[in-house]
Amino acid sequence: MSAILDPTRKLVGQPIKRREDPRLIAGAGAYLDDIKLTGMVHAALVRSTSAHGRIKSIDAGTARGMPGVLAVFTGEDFADLNPLPGAWTAGGVQNNVNTPRVLAIGEVHQVGDPVAVVIAENAYQAADAVEAVAVEYEDLGVVVDAKKATEDGAPQLHENAPNNVVLKWSCGKEAAEVDTALAAAEVRVQQHLVNQRLIPTSIEPRGSIGRYDPGTGDYTLWTTSQAPHVMRLLITAFVMGIPENKLRVISPDVGGGFGCKIFCYYDMALMLALSKKLDGRPVKFFEDRSENYLTTTHGRDHITDVEIGATKDGRITALKVDTHANLGAYFSTIAAGIPTTLYGRMVAGCYKIPNIRVDVTAVYTNTAMVDAYRGAGRPEAAFVIERVCDLVAGATGVDPAEVRRRNFIQPEDFPYDTGIGMLPYDSGNYEPALDRALEIVGYAGLRAEQAARRERDDRKLLGIGLSSYVEVCGVAPSKWIGLPGEGWGAGLWESANVKVHLTGKVVVTTGTLPHGQGHETSFAQLVADELGVPYEDIEIKHSDTLGTPFGFGTYGSRSAAVGGTAIYKSVAKVREKAKKLAAHMLEAAEADIVWEHGRAYVKGSPDAAKTIQDIALQAAVAYDLPGEMEPYLDETTYYDPPNCTFPFGTHVCVVEVDRETGEIALQRYVAVDDVGNVINPMIVDGQVHGGIAQGLAQALYEGAVYNDQGELVTGTMNDYAIPKASMVPTYELERTVTPSPTNPMGVKGAGEAGTIASTPAVANAVIDALAHLGVNHLDMPITPEKVWRAIGGGAS
Amino acid sequence: MADTMTAPATMAIQVTVNGSNRGGNVEPRTLLVHYLRDHLNLTGTHVGCDTSQCGACVVHLDGESVKSCTVLAVQANGSEITTIEGLAKDGDYHPVQQGFWEMHGLQCGYCTPGMIMASVSLLQRNPNPTEDEIRHGLEGNLCRCTGYQNIVKAVQYAAGQIGRDAGAADAPLPHDAHRPIHHDGTTPHDPASVDDWEDELAGESDES
Ligand code: FES
Ligand code: FES
Repeated sequence: MSAILDPTRKLVGQPIKRREDPRLIAGAGAYLDDIKLTGMVHAALVRSTSAHGRIKSIDAGTARGMPGVLAVFTGEDFADLNPLPGAWTAGGVQNNVNTPRVLAIGEVHQVGDPVAVVIAENAYQAADAVEAVAVEYEDLGVVVDAKKATEDGAPQLHENAPNNVVLKWSCGKEAAEVDTALAAAEVRVQQHLVNQRLIPTSIEPRGSIGRYDPGTGDYTLWTTSQAPHVMRLLITAFVMGIPENKLRVISPDVGGGFGCKIFCYYDMALMLALSKKLDGRPVKFFEDRSENYLTTTHGRDHITDVEIGATKDGRITALKVDTHANLGAYFSTIAAGIPTTLYGRMVAGCYKIPNIRVDVTAVYTNTAMVDAYRGAGRPEAAFVIERVCDLVAGATGVDPAEVRRRNFIQPEDFPYDTGIGMLPYDSGNYEPALDRALEIVGYAGLRAEQAARRERDDRKLLGIGLSSYVEVCGVAPSKWIGLPGEGWGAGLWESANVKVHLTGKVVVTTGTLPHGQGHETSFAQLVADELGVPYEDIEIKHSDTLGTPFGFGTYGSRSAAVGGTAIYKSVAKVREKAKKLAAHMLEAAEADIVWEHGRAYVKGSPDAAKTIQDIALQAAVAYDLPGEMEPYLDETTYYDPPNCTFPFGTHVCVVEVDRETGEIALQRYVAVDDVGNVINPMIVDGQVHGGIAQGLAQALYEGAVYNDQGELVTGTMNDYAIPKASMVPTYELERTVTPSPTNPMGVKGAGEAGTIASTPAVANAVIDALAHLGVNHLDMPITPEKVWRAIGGGAS
Repeated sequence: MADTMTAPATMAIQVTVNGSNRGGNVEPRTLLVHYLRDHLNLTGTHVGCDTSQCGACVVHLDGESVKSCTVLAVQANGSEITTIEGLAKDGDYHPVQQGFWEMHGLQCGYCTPGMIMASVSLLQRNPNPTEDEIRHGLEGNLCRCTGYQNIVKAVQYAAGQIGRDAGAADAPLPHDAHRPIHHDGTTPHDPASVDDWEDELAGESDES
């Protein structure tokens, strides 16, 4: 059903339909829950109903006798497994690390903590037996708010974390210096900002299947992971204490990740250990949505106070940010890196601010663990700085667009060091994106319309919200991000292998992997162009630790910038070798060989060319190779970039707010993004669309809520407001292109930009609509009720 | 509790699934989605929630779209069921499937089978829906990846295709695929190749 693409046409930059789709639109995808193995049994978890308690007793007697039940295990049965690892501790400060075990032993710290596991022949029987396990808890007191958790007298979650503090971290100038600058400022503003907790909600929940082979002692884990190689390392070396090479990890088709599938979870090692206890029967665990909401990681959850100093004409001179970051009940895999490196160091946004200080206190509470969620720190940073811009506009009377323009880092300033410990921004040109967004939306006209409506005292108020963002992707190099620097315990390079088989067919293996991003298509476009082989002859393989080189996986919008460059470099190596061999085949000097889209010929004789397929054959049969040349076209690259990449852009949202009811109608959404060069614009647009939807949902709809007992009130899709099609607007997209100098393709990364930009754009729009009524901030989600109350609804 | 202790009785059912007669014994409590996935091995129908919200499980039951997580297998006894696996005919995609492919209406693909089945029903009820009708018509289906814009375009594409197949000359042409919606109809600058990029890198690096 797929037409053969014209092999002479450049594919990079073209909106090629995805090769992933035929199987997915036919129901032939293979997600974790679709996998059935011979003899497979089902695990279901008994979960804590207490948010903080000592386990007094677990009675599984009845459950053990129920139909189909093979076994019930509790935490003590896995005392030989180590707690899960915390892989990213914040650099330069003390980290009070407490990670969960596969099953709780002694104490639970959140509702949903797994305390026992039931194994049964089928999932219904396992679920029945879970209901029959009785657990008693002694209540230890609950705290769910990050600020309250640090107060004296608050319940203490972990012995080694006094006042529930995980870490205290800061960046930027000394506090006294910033205080002096604040004191000297012409205009001063203070604001309390809450970045509420979100639940990532990939539509596929999470799960694992573990299989132990009693014959070889090998383990295989199928799991819904964004980082199978990293999981293999963490599970073997840190949790189970078995050799890394005794485990194979496979991520099948993954139904969305958004960060929450990066981490090392309890079910992974647990399923492997269970399979061993059951003499090799494969064991499957697939969480249901309620379990997903309880114990798969959440995102955001910051409480922040900002102090701003500015000049009367809207130039920001000083910024002091104090943030409490709620990390939940335990330290998740990379939890410490999010509110530090990826948040604190990005707070300057795209502005030149001479005095900045950021203090972060990360805190344990009796809630689900918080870790990376699409954007991971940068949405929180963008929210702070883009609210700051509007607060400065409000305080000075300078137009919000003008405030941004006056503070922008200028094109000639790049590479630009913001002075708060981030690597220098690689490249940027912020004003054209702002200008274009304003032009598309018709900014001047909208401001006039807004004023007219206010003048007339119209019922429907107009609000225009801007967000000029910059974010950081493809985080690297290893020597900066690693343990000696920012605290991530490993590198963040990426790998790729390119093989041209004897028949001319190409197999690319990569350490990155898709969960919706279309790697198989984009990477094949890249290889087709660079190697000069037909697109249809290229297979992109990923997601299985057996057969792919070690890679760190897909998150942080790193696949194209880091993984793509590894492929690009491997292809270049193949081409170099092919040129050498072509010179031998054509009996010419290598210097005289011209390489042209998959063909090598002697300068001036293009008709006597050897194709890449001819050369691959010669390299494979290997009976006539020059000198010391090894057989086969097969090259691997481990690529560690010299810097991160820094995509940017401006989003504008237009809303209409009904002052009688508080209702908010999204009228326009314009996004001008600059993600550097683009491999497949259709795929990039899709990434931006989805990102905008998630970000605007934070502004208007979503928010995880716990009650004082630590119960998740928004525990189902009924209560947690994932947006529906009717709740989001049409997105109007455009791009500017400022190539990244960090990598040879000039790509920056597009997976998270939409999420980062859209939350402040939408929040700013609603607040802007109400500005003349004395409203200068509203906490998210900005519901009609909040709007209505803010403008005096119900007051009389 | 007591009744879960006794081995549950099973009931025999007969259904037509994607044109084939299927049958077997199921526990009365077996959900249709689990019958399809676990008994018949039709795993294209997905499960994304436990509160009937997400729509990943939508199939057609006697021609109507239903959330198969809210129907017991025994309730489907005697019915005709179409799942995503049965939508393509003679190797040709249904226009809705084609639309999702053409318009990039899916990313991870997990919501997609349910979304496609719901869209087919939507177009059966309303062959020429407005954008608003599409957005409201798909309210029972959640997608976390696409932000819905390309799903709307996919359904519009299918509506045009079905209309033309039925001989309606004025049926709308499928939209130009894969272009972002532009305010003024312009297209952004996308360098055509890595070579161009390298030229750009070597020369001026700004396009604005
Ligand atoms: S599985 Fe979510 S509605 Fe059926
Ligand atoms: S494509 Fe991933 S949930 Fe819709």
